[in-house]
Parts: sequence; C-alpha cells; structure tokens
Amino acid sequence: MKHSSVDLLLLLLTIAVLTSPVYSDLVLSKVERRIDVTSQIARVTKTLKVVNSGSESVSEFILTFPKFLGNNLAYLSVSHSEGKGKSKRSLVKLSVKAANLKGVPDSISVYSVALPKALTKGDTLTLEVVAAFTNVLQPFPEKISQRDIHLVMLQESAQYLSPYAVESQSLSIKLPNARIESYTNLDGTKLQGTELKYGPYKNLPQYSYSPIVVHFESKAAFAVAEKLVREIEVSHWGNVQVTEHYNIVHRGAQLKGEFSRLDFQGRPPSGVSAFRHLLARLPPRAHSIYYRDDIGNISTSQMQSDSKKTELLIEPRFPLFGGWRTFFTIGYGLPLRDFLFASEGKRFLNISFGSPMIDLVTEKLIVQVVLPEGSKDISVTTPFAVKQSQEIKYSHLDIAGRPVVVLEKNNVVPDHNQYIQVYYKFSNINLLSEPLMLISGFFVLFITCIIYTRADFSISKSSAIYLAKLHWDEVLATVQEVQNIIHKCLATHDKLESSLRDLSRTGDIQTCKAARKSTDSLLKDLSKELKPLLTFLQSSSSASQISPKVEELITKEKELQEKLMAKHTTVVEGYEKKSSGRDIENRIASQQQKIIALRQEIEDLLEFIDEI
Amino acid sequence: MAALESPPPGTPSAMRHAFGNVLSVLILVLIGVLAFSIRLFSVIKYESVIHEFDPYFNYRVTQFLSKNGIYEFWNWFDDRTWYPLGRVIGGTVYPGLTLTAGTIWWVVNSLNIPLSVETVCVFTAPVFSAFASWATYFLTKEVKGSGAGLAAAALLAMVPSYISRSVAGSYDNEAVAIFALIFTFYLYIKTLNTGSLFYATLNAIAYFYMVCSWGGYTFIINLIPMHVLLCIVTGRYSPRLYIAYAPLVVLGTLLAALVPVVGFNAVLTSEHFASFLVFIIIHVVALVYYIKGLLSPKMFKVAVTLVVSVGLVVCVIAVGILVALVASSPTGGWSGRSLSLLDPTYASKYIPIIASVSEHQPPTWPSYFMDINVLAFLVPAGIIACFSPLSDASSFVVLYIVMSVYFSGVMVRLMLVLAPAACIMSGIALSQAFDVFTASIKYHLSGSSNSTNDAEDNNSTNNAPKDDASASKADKSEETAKERPSKKGKKKEREHVVDKPSVKSKTVKKALVLPLEASIVALLLLIMLGAFYVIHCVWAAAEAYSAPSIVLTSQSRDGLHVFDDFRESYAWLSHNTDVDDKVASWWDYGYQTTAMANRTVIVDNNTWNNTHIATVGTAMSSPEKAAWEIFNSLDVKYVLVVFGGLIGYPSDDINKFLWMVRIGGGVFPHIKEADYLRDGQYRIDSEATPTMLNSLMYKLSYYRFVETDGKGFDRVRRTEIGKKHFKLTHFEEVFTSHHWMVRLYKLKPQKNRIRGKAKKLKSKTSSGSSSKSAKKNPWI
Repeated sequence: MKHSSVDLLLLLLTIAVLTSPVYSDLVLSKVERRIDVTSQIARVTKTLKVVNSGSESVSEFILTFPKFLGNNLAYLSVSHSEGKGKSKRSLVKLSVKAANLKGVPDSISVYSVALPKALTKGDTLTLEVVAAFTNVLQPFPEKISQRDIHLVMLQESAQYLSPYAVESQSLSIKLPNARIESYTNLDGTKLQGTELKYGPYKNLPQYSYSPIVVHFESKAAFAVAEKLVREIEVSHWGNVQVTEHYNIVHRGAQLKGEFSRLDFQGRPPSGVSAFRHLLARLPPRAHSIYYRDDIGNISTSQMQSDSKKTELLIEPRFPLFGGWRTFFTIGYGLPLRDFLFASEGKRFLNISFGSPMIDLVTEKLIVQVVLPEGSKDISVTTPFAVKQSQEIKYSHLDIAGRPVVVLEKNNVVPDHNQYIQVYYKFSNINLLSEPLMLISGFFVLFITCIIYTRADFSISKSSAIYLAKLHWDEVLATVQEVQNIIHKCLATHDKLESSLRDLSRTGDIQTCKAARKSTDSLLKDLSKELKPLLTFLQSSSSASQISPKVEELITKEKELQEKLMAKHTTVVEGYEKKSSGRDIENRIASQQQKIIALRQEIEDLLEFIDEI
Repeated sequence: MAALESPPPGTPSAMRHAFGNVLSVLILVLIGVLAFSIRLFSVIKYESVIHEFDPYFNYRVTQFLSKNGIYEFWNWFDDRTWYPLGRVIGGTVYPGLTLTAGTIWWVVNSLNIPLSVETVCVFTAPVFSAFASWATYFLTKEVKGSGAGLAAAALLAMVPSYISRSVAGSYDNEAVAIFALIFTFYLYIKTLNTGSLFYATLNAIAYFYMVCSWGGYTFIINLIPMHVLLCIVTGRYSPRLYIAYAPLVVLGTLLAALVPVVGFNAVLTSEHFASFLVFIIIHVVALVYYIKGLLSPKMFKVAVTLVVSVGLVVCVIAVGILVALVASSPTGGWSGRSLSLLDPTYASKYIPIIASVSEHQPPTWPSYFMDINVLAFLVPAGIIACFSPLSDASSFVVLYIVMSVYFSGVMVRLMLVLAPAACIMSGIALSQAFDVFTASIKYHLSGSSNSTNDAEDNNSTNNAPKDDASASKADKSEETAKERPSKKGKKKEREHVVDKPSVKSKTVKKALVLPLEASIVALLLLIMLGAFYVIHCVWAAAEAYSAPSIVLTSQSRDGLHVFDDFRESYAWLSHNTDVDDKVASWWDYGYQTTAMANRTVIVDNNTWNNTHIATVGTAMSSPEKAAWEIFNSLDVKYVLVVFGGLIGYPSDDINKFLWMVRIGGGVFPHIKEADYLRDGQYRIDSEATPTMLNSLMYKLSYYRFVETDGKGFDRVRRTEIGKKHFKLTHFEEVFTSHHWMVRLYKLKPQKNRIRGKAKKLKSKTSSGSSSKSAKKNPWI
C-alpha cells in the first residue's frame, strides 16, 4: 500500500539523516503543534521557540516537512511576535522561500525563513508558523456506498521533523466531532473529547520522526474547485462586477453502486458523505447576485445580508457525492467606492484574491482583472507569488480593448484570501468616449437619413425617367392648384346661394345684386387663373391621363357656374316681379336639380383626381 | 411618399399629412415595442432560457454555427444523435432561423457587444414578432389603407396564438417564419397593386427566406397560385397579376431549390405542382389576351376553336404523364404531414408518430377562443368589409383567411397561420367600424357645433376615399335627410372659406350616417371589446404561454415552488458521465439531452426514422431482459425516464407509453397494443395486464416507488400501482431528481460467466435465447 511504503521510506530517511552533519547550532527549546482537521484542509499551527546555542549569529531558519506533506503544502506563513509579555500581538510576517539544502534527502521539503535580525548567541525568538495542506486527508476506504460514512486518514509524525534539536515538543490534533475509527497509540497519547494529544516529548534529536495515523470520520465537504476563473471587471461608472466560474468536484471517497433518491430523502437520511450546500461570504453591499450554469438559472440559493457581509448559500443542482462534478457561475456587483482608491496620481483596486467560498480548495485559480479601456501603467502587488500576464478583452463597444491582468495560482486555500492591489492610470475623459461614440453614431445615422430624403440621388440628370418624374411632379402641383381654384369657385357658388337665401329672408334685392356682381368678378379672375394651368396640362405629355379629367372638371364647373347664374337671375327677377315664393321655386326647381347633379359630378371628379 | 411631395409645403393639408405620417410611424414604433415587451413575461417570470424541445435543437445548431462557421455548418454530420446512424444536420434542417440568429450574433459581436448565443436566441422571437406586426401593417395598408393597417398590426402584436410560439426563449422556426409569411404576402400584394418588377424580385427573395425558415412555405406556394387562379377565373387578369406571379414562380423555385432540405423537392413533390399548373395557365391566359388585342373578334373566335381543340389533346396527354409519374411514388408525392392536412384521418391511420404529437391534433373550440379570442367575432365583419369593394388585394386576404381556417381546423399547430389572417381581417373590420361611427358622430357634432375633432379625423381622412363606393350606394336613400344638414355645413364653410374643410364635410356627408347615440354606444362597445382582447392577451402571455416547460412552478401556501428536475438531471448527465456515453429515452427528450447534457441519444424529436423510434419503443415495452438486450446492442449506457407520479406531472412517460407500444408494434409485430390494455382500458393498477406490469417502462418508473408512502399511490393516474415490490436485475438506478421527475438507470454490465454454470446451461441458453433475441432485436 501507498501509505506503508511512504512510512518505510521515511523510516529509512530518518536513519539516513541521523548520520548527516549538524546544520547549525540553533535549538528549539519549545515546539507546540496544533493540527486542525475539522475541514478538508489540514491546518497546522506551530509555535517555535528558537534559541541560538552556538557561537555564530544566524540569520536563516530552516523549516522542513516530509515530502508527501510538502508537496501538498498550499499555504505557509511564518511570523514572529514582537514585544514581550501578554501584549505581543503585533505579528510581523517573515519572508519564506523554498530552499535546497545539501545533505538533505529528496524526501524532505525544505523552506528557509529569513529572520528579522540575526540571532546572536543566547538569543531567543518565537516563531508562529501557519501551514495549510490540501489532499492530506486520504479517504479510506477509497470507495463507499451511499449508506456508508465518510472515513479519512491523516498521517503525521508525533515528533517534530526538524534539522534542529528539539528540547520539548507537543502535538494536538483537533478532530471533527464524530466517530474516531482508530489512531496510533504511543506513549502519552491522550484522547480528550475531540482532541488527540501526543507528547510532550523531551530532548529529541535532529530529524526525529515517529509516524502516526489517525483514522476518523469527516463530515466536512470535500469540495474542490478544479478550476476557478474569477473575472473582476472595473467600471468607472460605479461598479465592480465579479463573475466566478466554478468547476467543483467532490474529492472525498468515491461513490460506488446506486444512488437512490429514496434513501437520500428518507429518514434517517443516508448519503452523509455528500454535500448539498456551499457558503459564499461576499463583501458587504454586494448586489445583483446571480447563480447559474450553462443551461440556465439555478433557483436553489439563499441570501442574507447585513452591513458587515453578504452571505450566499448556494445549492448545486444535485447533491455531490464523492467523485461527482458540477459546474456553475456566480456573479455579483460591488460598489466601486469600496474597492477603488487613489494614491499618488494612480488609482488602485484593492480586492481579495481568492474565492469567497468557505473551506473551498481551488486547484487552479485564474483571476482576471479587467480594467477600463485606456488604462495605462498597470502594476500588481500581491502578498504571495503568483504568475502574471496581460491580455486584451473586447467588450461593450470597445475599440482599443480593455487591458486584463491575469493572475494564476495553483492550490489555493481560504488563507490566500488576502487583498491584492492593481495600480493603473486612467483619465476621466476616457469615461465619456463610449457615450460620445454612441451619440455621434446616432447623429450620423439621422444626418444620413435627412440627406437621403432631401438629396437627389438619380444617376443621370438627363435620363428620360428622371425628366419624366420631374415633369410628373410639376403636373401634380398644377393639378393641385387647379383643385384649389375649383374649391374656391365652389365656395363662391356657396356665397351666391347664401345671398339668395338672404334675399328670401330680407327681400333686399340690391345687396343681392351687389353680391352677384362681386362673385361675377371673382369667378372671372379665377377662370383667368385656370387658363394657363389648363394649357400647361394639355401640352404636357405625361398628363395625358389626367388632363381630360381636368378639362371635364373645368367645363363642368363652367356649366355649374352658368346654371347658378341663371338660377340667380331667375330668382332675382322673380323678386323684382314680386312673384310668389312658390312660383319662383317651381321655376327654379329643374335648374336646382341640375345644379345638384352637376355639383355631385364635380365632387366625384375632384375625388378621382385626388386619388391620382 | 407621393402624398408628402405633392402639396406645396406650408399648407394645412401638407401639415396634416406630415402629422399623420409622423403619428403613424410613432404608433408603429410603439406597436413594435408592445410586440417585443409582451413576450418578455417568460424572462421576467422565469428566466432567460430556451424553452421546450425543438428550440433546444435550434439553439444547439446555432451554437455550432457560431463556433464553426457557415461552411462547417452545411457539412455538419451530427454523430451525437440517432446513434448509430447519425444525422446530416446541414442537409435536413431549415436553416433560416439559425442563420438569422447566427447573423445577429455575429453582427452584435463584431460591434464588440458581448451577447452570448443563448441571449440572441432567446430574444430572436420577440424581435421578429415586432417585425411581423410591421409587415402586417404594410400588408393591410395595401389592402385597406393605413388605418386598418395600424389596427391589424396592433392586434397581431399581441395575438395569443402567435405569442404562444414567439415568447422570449421560444426559439423555433415559426418565430421568424410568420414574419416571412406575412412579408411575402405583403410583397405579393404590393406587386399586384403596383405591377413593379422590383417588388416582384423582392417577393421572390422573401419567399426564399420563408423557404429557408419553415416547412410551412408550401402554404404560400399553394395560396398564391390559388389567388392567381381566382383572379383569372373572375376575369381580373391584368399584366400586374402576371408580373406578381410569373417571376415569383421562376425565381422562387430556383431559390428554393438552393436550400438543401428542399432541393429537388421544389420541382418534384406534389405540394409544388399547383404553382406550375397555374404558371402554365397564366401564360395561356396572357397569350389569349395578347392575341385578342391583335385579331378582330371574328378571327379571334376561329383561333379559339382551333387552339382549344389542339390544346385539349396536348393537355390530356401531359396531365396523364404527370399523374402517372406522381402515382408511381408511394405517397403520391405528398409528404405525410401534407397528406394529413388534406385528409385529417390519414395520420392516425398510417403514421402514429405524426399523430402522437399533440400539436398535430385537431383543435377544440375553446382553443380558438383561447388563441384568437375576440378576433373570431370580428373576422366575419372583416370579410364583409373586404367585399365592398372587392379588389385584387382584398380577394387575396379573403382567400387567405378561408384557407387558413380550414388548415387550423386540421392541425392545432396551424392556428399560427390563421392568426395573421384573423388579425388582418379584424383590423379591417375595426377600422371600418371606427370610420363609420366616428364619421357619423362627427357629422352630428359638426351639425350642432363647429368644433371638430382632429384626432379622429386623421383616421377617417385616410380611409375616406376608399369607402365612398360603399357609402355612395346608401346615398340615394339619404338624400332627404341630407338637405338640412347641408345648410348647416355651409354655415361652417363660411367661416373656413379656405379649402380643405369643405372636402372633409363632403365625405362626411356621403358616409353612412348612424344616429348619434347608437354610434357612441357602438364605439364604446368596440373599445370594450378591444380592451377585453388586450386583457386576454396579456393574461395569455403572462400565465398561459410563458412557462418554459423545462422549469415548472407551482403556487402553494408557502410561496412559489420550483420544479427544476429536468435541468438537474441533464446537468448530472453532463458532468458525471463519460462524454461518449449513449443515453436512451423516448424521443421527446432527445433534443434536450443532446443540447443540455451533451450526450449521444438514440432517437430525438426529428422523427425521421420510424424504425429506430420503434426499436426504442419496443425496448421500453419489453420485459427487462429483452429490453436490456436491445439497449445493449445499441451501446446504450443510461436509460432516462420521466415520471410524474410523485408530484403529479401529467405529461410523463407512463402517459405516453401507449404511443411507444403503438409505434413499436407498428414495426415489430410481437408488441401488441392489446396486451397492454385490460378490456380496452389503459391502467397501471392491480387490474393491469402482466405484460404491462413487466414492461421496462413500468419497472423503471415505479422502481422503489412504493417505499415513498407505503402504498405506491400515483398522483397522475390517481390510483395505487399494480406491482409494488420488485427488483431490477439488468438495470441499476444511478440518479433520480429531487422530485423524482427524471430517473436515470444504468445498464448493468454483463455478468461474468461462471465456468461450470455456463457449461451446464450452455445447451439450453445459447440455443434458446440467442435465436429468440435475434428474432426480436434488429440490431444484433
């Protein structure tokens, strides 16, 4: 088996290194180790009291891990506490880098810590080491059925592996509140509640190692994002849009056999190894939150928010058993003023690096910070090493594209959720470029429309069709004029008629005659106006369809005029002769009928012409 | 616009024209907005997601197109469906919708507006329904003036029948096809009215777009010839008719043959023959008219007798050859769907697959009321209005409504073709009614006072010239009544001596005049009718037609409950199975499985291979072992069944099961429908037949169902199930969704043979089972 071979290797190693030369004169007077395995991440906290017992001053401190742990090391931070006594709260982070030491076998990973100041003889220093390991909780058995509980195994050493001699060492392992299957029982092993204690061991030589194995039930969600892409898009209109694409897999013991919904929903529920929820702790004032995947919105999510934080409880489409995968996207907007600041003529975005999900391990994290179009002098500061590159993204109406800072990091744990800063220069005028572009775009559109409707785009100004069209327009205008004149004539006729009615009421012949005279002259003027129009119509070839109708209209109008005049004379004469009203009516009855018929015809003609 | 140019600017009439034009453009824009926004209920109430079944296929094709480009698309052989046959997508799909959405996506993205393909697909249908209502405006305007056009466009913008196929997310061929249909008709009418070859060419291109978009193009290519024939028979032949028809047939057929899915069908199938026949007839008629103009009447008579006698002989021979050719093909050259249109009982007799689709069933009366609502009452009035006076254009519209009423009566799906016709007719009816009522009110009002209502005038002045003919008939009887008002009219004229009002008052004078009170009441009633229509449409859009059908919701006391089981299982399939696994399900879920889960399916909604579907149907209706053998021979790894018994989802596989039996039995006779029915009744309770209770579908649906409530009460069938406790030997449950709506089973691998046992049973099993399975299973 894998584990036993590792153990064997380590055992050999221990013997091997025992013979290796003493590295330095540092001595660890007291080592306290606490391992927290309540989640899927093994979080190791160590307090090391370092004493320089040699004569030379030392400015470097070596941390070692067995390789199988070192390979899974996701996060390592070493800090040393300044000040004395109870108030030593100000922790100073020290720089750590992977190192390669001569004489140390390959099965040990080595990290060197630069001490804040060289330790001279007799000096002591307290170091706080925090390390987070992923994948060190091995599911065992590796395949379980839906009914089984999820058992995992932790391998560690009861004694602290160090190139330095250790005077006193103790280890406590914090286990989840559940069943403990077995653990390696050494001298002084105590199980208190959920805490398993080894030690204290006194006066350990260098590179001492005694393997222990703890086998226990884990109820934690072994949610691992195989790939997480976070896109952070800065808009100077007041929003930072974050979009996160998750590829989640359950890295616990694999499910074997059937998945039965009945048992899963039954009482007592089986399938405790599966997880249904993930909790994301978003920044306060996060808004427009969505949760979806390739095929649409996922409706199972809850949100709680207060002034300190926004909590989003999301439930994947299906419960995730060991080995099952899913994919989803969450997105949210953040107010710009909470994250964007200005300093020394530059702006900088101050935003957290990792995923907001609680206890999520990310195997490959890609953070893309999309800056507004026209940003310059971009630089990034991160609290830990990441791979950086730059891209261009084209989004809403971009021309030059937006600069994108791409940060990549493997094996990310929640401890990496620290703030990163992206510095850039951006002038506010660029902000207006896109609205101005839209405005000018529409402006040009309308201008072209106006020009198109107003201007004459015919290719040949002398072509027959073009001339015909011009001519036709002229004809139409003339016809319109004719119509207007006819309408005026008709109105005059009406006046004449009304004068007749006045006559019948008042019997004032003189005014009636005057009216007659005025209308006469008016009508004559109108017919004079009509003449050139008519000749124009008759002469033009394209009006051949209309001109007969217009002619007919004019003659009809003339006729009507005459009839009306005749009627008028008859009536006036009748009044002059003092004939009775009835007599006059009888006399003009036939005329009246003709007038009505004519008028009707004229109106029909007018309408006909109208339609042309 | 000629009207805009003719009057000298500045005169009141020009202003009125300009104002009217601006107003109608504004109204049209608003109608477009209305058509678009009323279809967004689905996005607001649910989400921006593709709906139902076929749209998922179109979505997938669009994705492929946008990713791989047009040439790859034409050559696309899809191996993820109809396993192991595959399907040539490029040659069997109507590409109009896909190309449209793909083009929109491409244009938008080249402007750097990052819309996803899905978003474009979701909103294609609402955008095109706005286009469709504008096309309706133009069509109706050609027929009865712009007032009727606006009314028809407004009606079409929210007709429920069309909404049902074009809500946001309903990304189906019909979404763009209805626009193409109306626009083609518009261009045809436009050509008919103007005689312009330009419009005739446009018409052919619009027809080409229609052919690209939907199989329903055969409706156009049959309706237009019918109209041409009608015009010829009623003596309305004109050169304009020739220009409208002949280029359409020549260009249209050539273009149609370019679409791979149509190809030579454009000249070979019976659906297109009517157009060619009429093409010949119109040429003969054109020739006759030409000769008639050349010859004297006497000579013409001689020529006619000569030509008719010779022509008859030739015709008889030609028709004989044609009939023989057509009859030599098995279906007489008609496709199954077309045949079931002509003979409504055809499908249920011969092709159960067509009959099994609910949208191919004849509609019920309530569905007419649901889908076109008050339009059903307005249509007859519209038809009457079209007859006074009857023009070429209005006769076309009448023919259109008559044909579409028939087709909608055969297939509920074709209600969609009826909807535009009904809207046009109702628009005409409404506008004419408003004309008459407002005209008579105005007439009365102008009689008593001089105030005129300008807003109403616009409508009536636009249409007034056209209804004169109808009005003038009524003139004579009105003669006496006219005397008095005409005097008052003159009083008014004295004040506005200028010009236009006199014309207007004249048209008012001539119009059909109703009593003031009656017309006011009638107007109010019409407005109420319209309001009722609007309320109904909004309700239909919001409640009835906006559900995407992949997400179900129910309103309970604790609030909205969402059933998202389909996507849950598709997501599970897509993330937790191998990418090349084959999933068997009834064909309804084929498109969704390929699009959402990206897994290979055996059959899908494109029901082109009846035998293949029958194989799946047979497997579903067989006992477990036989089914396992069929599925195993098809390389199937997972079987998907839809089960509604737990929550009461009625359209599940158990309710579709009889169709599986029928379709399976149609090809493999050992499946007999009678075996699954007890006394002719389909039941799953303890009275059910053993064949039914042992069928795979029953077992997969009800596996361990009894343990949920102890009795196994099926909420859809409202009964306890017949066989409660059983085990599966050849299948294992791998996933069941939250509400049990989708259940996924995996085929168990073949058991290792135990040496001794195998030897012992060798003689028995090998001879017995292999010969049996060979008979049953076509794939071994």
